[in-house]
Amino acid sequence: MDSALFVHRLHFAFTATFHYLFPQLTMGLALLIVVLKTIGLRRNDPVYHEAARFWGKIFGINFVLGVVTGIPMEFQFGTNWSIFSRFAGGVIGQTLAMEGMFAFFLESAFLGLFLYGEKRLSPKAHWLSAVAVFVGSWLSGYFIIATDAFMQHPVGYFKAADGSLQLASFWDFVLNPWAGWQYAHNMSGAAITGAFIMTSVGAFYLLSGKWTTHARIFVKAGVIAGCVFSVLQIFPTGDRQGKMVTDLQPVTLAAMEGLFQSQPGAPLVLVGQPNEEQGKIDNPIEVPKMLSMVTYRRWNANVRGLDAFPKTNWPGNIPLLYYSYHIMVGLGTFFVAVMVIALLLLWRGWLFEAKWMLWILMLAAPFPYIANTAGWMTAELGRQPWLVYGLMRTEDGYSKAVSAGNGMFTLLGFMGIYMVLGILGLFLLRREIEHGPVTGPAPEAR
Amino acid sequence: MASLWFCIVAVMVATYVVLDGFDLGAGAIYLIAAKTNDERRRVLRSIGPVWDGNEVWLLAAGGVLYFAFPQLYASSFSGFYLPLTIVLWLLILRAIGIEFRTHIEGPVWQDFFDTIFSVSSILLAVFFGAALGNVVRGVPLDATGYFFEPLWTDFKLGEQTGILDWYTVLIGVVALVTLTAHGSYYVALKTDEDLGRRARGLALLCWPVQFFLTCVSLVATYFIRPEIMANYGKHTVGVLVPIVVFASLAVMLWANPKGKEKLAFVASSLYVTFMLVGAAFALYPVVLPARDHRYDLTIYNTAAGSHGLSVGLVWWTLGAALATTYFTFVYRKFRGKVGLGEGHY
Repeated sequence: MDSALFVHRLHFAFTATFHYLFPQLTMGLALLIVVLKTIGLRRNDPVYHEAARFWGKIFGINFVLGVVTGIPMEFQFGTNWSIFSRFAGGVIGQTLAMEGMFAFFLESAFLGLFLYGEKRLSPKAHWLSAVAVFVGSWLSGYFIIATDAFMQHPVGYFKAADGSLQLASFWDFVLNPWAGWQYAHNMSGAAITGAFIMTSVGAFYLLSGKWTTHARIFVKAGVIAGCVFSVLQIFPTGDRQGKMVTDLQPVTLAAMEGLFQSQPGAPLVLVGQPNEEQGKIDNPIEVPKMLSMVTYRRWNANVRGLDAFPKTNWPGNIPLLYYSYHIMVGLGTFFVAVMVIALLLLWRGWLFEAKWMLWILMLAAPFPYIANTAGWMTAELGRQPWLVYGLMRTEDGYSKAVSAGNGMFTLLGFMGIYMVLGILGLFLLRREIEHGPVTGPAPEAR
Repeated sequence: MASLWFCIVAVMVATYVVLDGFDLGAGAIYLIAAKTNDERRRVLRSIGPVWDGNEVWLLAAGGVLYFAFPQLYASSFSGFYLPLTIVLWLLILRAIGIEFRTHIEGPVWQDFFDTIFSVSSILLAVFFGAALGNVVRGVPLDATGYFFEPLWTDFKLGEQTGILDWYTVLIGVVALVTLTAHGSYYVALKTDEDLGRRARGLALLCWPVQFFLTCVSLVATYFIRPEIMANYGKHTVGVLVPIVVFASLAVMLWANPKGKEKLAFVASSLYVTFMLVGAAFALYPVVLPARDHRYDLTIYNTAAGSHGLSVGLVWWTLGAALATTYFTFVYRKFRGKVGLGEGHY
């Protein structure tokens, strides 16, 4: 691979992956904070307001990290992918500019009020500022998904005389059918991260016998939200997303599923290692005919394998794509199992005493991050070798003016700074968790 | 249509510089003006609820630039690859300096975050000035419509220019002094007692330097690019620019010692705005001049398709109206001098 191309791809992949660790929690927590504030307002219960304030602090740290790692994303379209920006900017510039105008202004203006203005505002106005932050962060998500959806499935454009893409229909572009399901799937994923983190902190407090009143609220809210969104993540959002890939990116489906040969009644591979050299899966554990069923809803439907497509159009890194997809699906299934059991225990009133389950909930915190990251890797590796599906190849889109050496310089710089950010962020989160939801007297006894 | 978007982008950039300019300036004087921990917290409180929103203007201006002039965005961002990346690093460090200080007590950590905040603010002001200098001076664009500048070459204005040469460094220093004064007026407006007095003193100290550098930079700009005066010759309305610039300088000098803090800050904002308006007015319709004028990027050869631009006008107007509403609301909520009662920082 051309070394400049590789550096620019790694540059975007690294900064995007690191960045998305933060917005997923921002968007998930924003929703849960609104829930806490709403309950607090309706029941006039100070404990819920304290809970919201505590998560507001964690939200604040996380938000800052999301913002500072997000600014480089917008810049990188121009710095590292200028040929692509010139090619597609007439279309995707719309959503990227709208994100700034509609989402960022809203978020940034009301975050300050939410975090620092509680005493200056009436309870209702403070609740409203929490809602504004939630709306801003979820809008932001939509604009980014709509941009990505154009790269996955370009619609609403025409090719101008100079070869660039220009907007033909605003609504076709903004309401890209790909964007709808991808957005639902992605936001549900973010809500899962928020729910698991809230549950995890609650479980930690319960297991250590601290702040148990607050901890029960955290666990209860987290488990209910976690259960709802884990189920939504698979059905309908994941299912519909899979259907779209089947219809619009069939070669990606074949690579994700590790299906080398086209066949009727194709099996679904649960575990196994793709062996590209021999065109098969090593050590497969499969469910017969299942892939035909989930893709075409018929047991004997013919599913096109990689052999049905020219090799030049195969996604570049099939093993990584295959593993990303399988890790995502495997973890998604695990989330449903954990959260359904936890919800049953909660419903029976046993959850707060069930130490084994609290341990599982506490330790499960990192997995939504892995699943969300793997999901994005599936989407973007699956789009390869295209930068804009069917219109521009990835190798044609990077900044030819920026040499591999200059790209490497900034990549290493970002790695260094992000390492510091990561360590600082974890350190601050630990402090806030240690500090607990209420200041003042010692934590409640067991 | 493209001309309209040129004005919109110019207004957004100017808004960014006026708004984020005062918190960058507050950062520049932070270590000198605010001596004790309490004073430092008061400076942070004066910018705390608004700095992030101010910075969004940069992002939004960048987004709108991308949308309206994709070719300009592509060429300039890849050509200014190194300085832009360094700006990103500085923005990251600065945000951490402001926001994370409150989460960790202890003098060592506080000194650490304070220094990061102040140094990155100073360097950002210089880099933004140098960026403007590069745009006015022109860059080595070629027939492909792209270029790449190293950070510096020989500090002369030759064929292959660097980001930093004597002219862009000069403009960087002008920007630093201007924003330092701008930030001082803001801190003076928002604080009182020793801190407010020191901020006023610093602004007074900046004034002669600012006045001198303004004159020098105007002469230097004419010296390196005499054609910059062409638009001023054609449209006499341009004469307003130097009038407002020097009038606002005079108002700053008069209002500051009299304790008319608001007036001084408004004058400084006007000064910043009109320096930028003056540059935009001189460049139009060029958006990024090339060293070889055949390859100039203009609003005509960089704008997006006309349907996209018309659609954009609808949502931009709505978005700008909403943003103005939020900003008015937030600034009203946090108006007045800052104390050290409830709240963060």
